[in-house]
Amino acid sequence: MGDGTKKEQTEILDLWVAGSEEPEFQPTDEGAQEIASEETRGRLDTQFGRVVDDDYLFDDDVAEDERMIVNMGPQHPSTHGVLRLQIELEGEIIRRSKPIIGYLHTGMEKTAEQLTFGQGPTNVTRMDYLAPFHGELAYSLAVETLLDIDVPPRAAAIRVLMTELNRVSSHLVALATNGMDIGALSMMIYGFRERESILAFFEKTTGLRMNHNYIRPGGVVVDLPPGWKDDVAAILVDLRQRFVKYDDMLKENPIWLSRTKGVGIISPEEAIAFSITGPALRAAGVDWDIRKAFPYSGIENYEFDVPTRENGDVYDRYRVRIDEMWESLKIVEQVMDVMPKGDFRVGDRKITPPPRARIDESMEALIHHFKLFTEGFKVPPGETYVAVESPRGELGCYLVSDGEANPYRMHTRAPSFYNLQSLPIAMADSLMADTVATIASMDPVMGDVDR
Amino acid sequence: MIPVLDTLSGQFSQVIWEKSHGQDVARVPVDDWYAFAEAARDHGFEVCADVTAVDWMRQRSDRFEVIANLLSMSLGVRLRMITSLGRHEPTVASLTPLWPGAGFAEREVYDMFGINFEGHFDLTRILMPDDWEGHPLRKDFGVGSVPVQFKASHQVD
Repeated sequence: MGDGTKKEQTEILDLWVAGSEEPEFQPTDEGAQEIASEETRGRLDTQFGRVVDDDYLFDDDVAEDERMIVNMGPQHPSTHGVLRLQIELEGEIIRRSKPIIGYLHTGMEKTAEQLTFGQGPTNVTRMDYLAPFHGELAYSLAVETLLDIDVPPRAAAIRVLMTELNRVSSHLVALATNGMDIGALSMMIYGFRERESILAFFEKTTGLRMNHNYIRPGGVVVDLPPGWKDDVAAILVDLRQRFVKYDDMLKENPIWLSRTKGVGIISPEEAIAFSITGPALRAAGVDWDIRKAFPYSGIENYEFDVPTRENGDVYDRYRVRIDEMWESLKIVEQVMDVMPKGDFRVGDRKITPPPRARIDESMEALIHHFKLFTEGFKVPPGETYVAVESPRGELGCYLVSDGEANPYRMHTRAPSFYNLQSLPIAMADSLMADTVATIASMDPVMGDVDR
Repeated sequence: MIPVLDTLSGQFSQVIWEKSHGQDVARVPVDDWYAFAEAARDHGFEVCADVTAVDWMRQRSDRFEVIANLLSMSLGVRLRMITSLGRHEPTVASLTPLWPGAGFAEREVYDMFGINFEGHFDLTRILMPDDWEGHPLRKDFGVGSVPVQFKASHQVD
C-alpha cells in the first residue's frame, strides 16, 4: 500500500471497499477517489446518518423543488400495519416527519362501555394483539382494585408465568420484524418459528393462539393443563439455545451493525419528555420498570434485573429486548419452581362462575351462573389507574365505575401510542433508508395505537 | 402523605386532595390546572404518563372531567390530577409546553370528547377522520349498529 509517509497524509479509498478486511486489495486509479482519511470518515458518518445535526434550521435558500413531501403508508409493508408517515425530504435526508394514525381505530373504549366487567377482557385482549395477556392483566387488576379483592396466590403466579412468556413471544416478533425490515430475513424466519413454540403452549392452556380472554377479573379462567411443567421446561431449553444463535447471527454482524448503530437516536431527556416507556426508554439509559417500581401479581418475589443501555439507538433497543427475554425466562423458571397449589380464581361466586359440575347439583350454583352470564357483577363506584409493564412499555388502564355492571369509562394508556410520538425526533436529519429501521425498533402495534 | 405532595398542597389551597384506592388524587380547579402541573413538574413529576377525560353527562353539574396521570421516576410516586369542566365549550390549558408527550393524548381527548386545549401546538383530530362530525366518546353519541341478517341455518338432525 505504498510507503508509510504517504499513507499518513492521504489514503486511497474506494467507498465500496471501505472497511473491507482484504489487505491485498489494490485499488486502481480508475474510479477511485483520493480523500484525506479524516475527511472520509466525516463524510461517511454524515452519509450513514451517524452524525445527527439537531440544530437544523430551515434554509430558505434551498429551492422549493429540492424539498419534497413523501407519504409513506398506510399500506407500506414496513409500517407494521396501517401507520402513515408524512415525510419532508431534502434529497435523501428527512427534515420533518409526522405520524398519521387512526386507520385501525375501532372504538374499543366505547365498546368497553357496552360490555360488562366480565366481558371486558374479550375487548382489551384485541388491543395489543401481540401482548394480549398484558392487556387482560391491566384490565383485570383495575377491576379487582375497584372490587377491593385479592386473587389467590396460584392465580397470581399463573398470571406472571403467562405474561412473562408473552413478553418473550412479543419481543421475538419485534426482533423478527426488525430483521425483516433491515433485510436480515433469516431473523424473520427464526423469530416467528420460536414464537410459535410459545403460542402452542398458550393454545394448549387457553384454547387460542391470540386474543385469549384468559386472565379475567378474579383470577384466570382455567387452570394450567396437565403436563404444563414439561412444556414450559422444553420451551426454556429450546429458547436459551436459540438466543445464543441469534447473538451469533446478529450481535457482531457488520451489516446489522452499520444499519442499526447510531440510527434513530433518542436521548434520555427526550424519552422522558415524550413519555416513552419500555425497552425504548431503557435503551436510552433510564432504569425504569413498572415491575420494580409498582409491582403487581407478586412479581416482586422473583429475582430479575432490568437491562439498560446508554446510546438509545436501534442497536441498543435490539440488545435491550434480547436481554429482557433472558430475564423473562429467569422469571418463568422461578415461577415453575414455586407454583403454589390451590384455587386459580377467587371463590366468590358473585364474581367468578361456579365449576361446571356444581351447576347440575346445586340450585344456588345455577342461579349464580345465570346471573353472572346475563347481568354480570356490579362494581362499587370509584375510579382507578393500574399500570403493568407490557413488552412495549407502560400499559395502563383507567377505569371508572358508577356502580353498574358495565364500566362507566375505560381508558387504556397504550404504550405504542406514546412511543410513536417520538418518531419525528428519532428520524429528524437521518436518511430515508433508516426510517424502516427506526419504526421497527420502536415496535409499534397499530391495534394498540388506534384501539 | 409524601413530602412532595405536602409541598404542593401548601402552595395551592384550592386543590382538594383525595385517596382513591390508595392512589393520590388532586382535584384541581380549572384555572389552576397549568400552574399546578408546572409546580408538580418542578417538584419531581418528570413524566406525564397519560391524559384522558370522562363525560359525566347529567350525573354531575360539571359535565366533563379531564384527568392527567403524572409520574415521578425519581421518587417512584404517581399523582392523578383531575379537573372539572362545564358543558359549554369545555376548555382547559394544554400541558404540552411542560410535557411534549401530552401532545397525542390531548389530541385524542379533543377528538373523542371535543374538549379544547389552549396552547396546544397541533390540536387536530387524531383517530377519527378529519371531516367526522361529533365526538364519539361523549355519552350522547350513539353506539350505532349494523343490522345483521340471519339466514336460515343449516338444520342439524
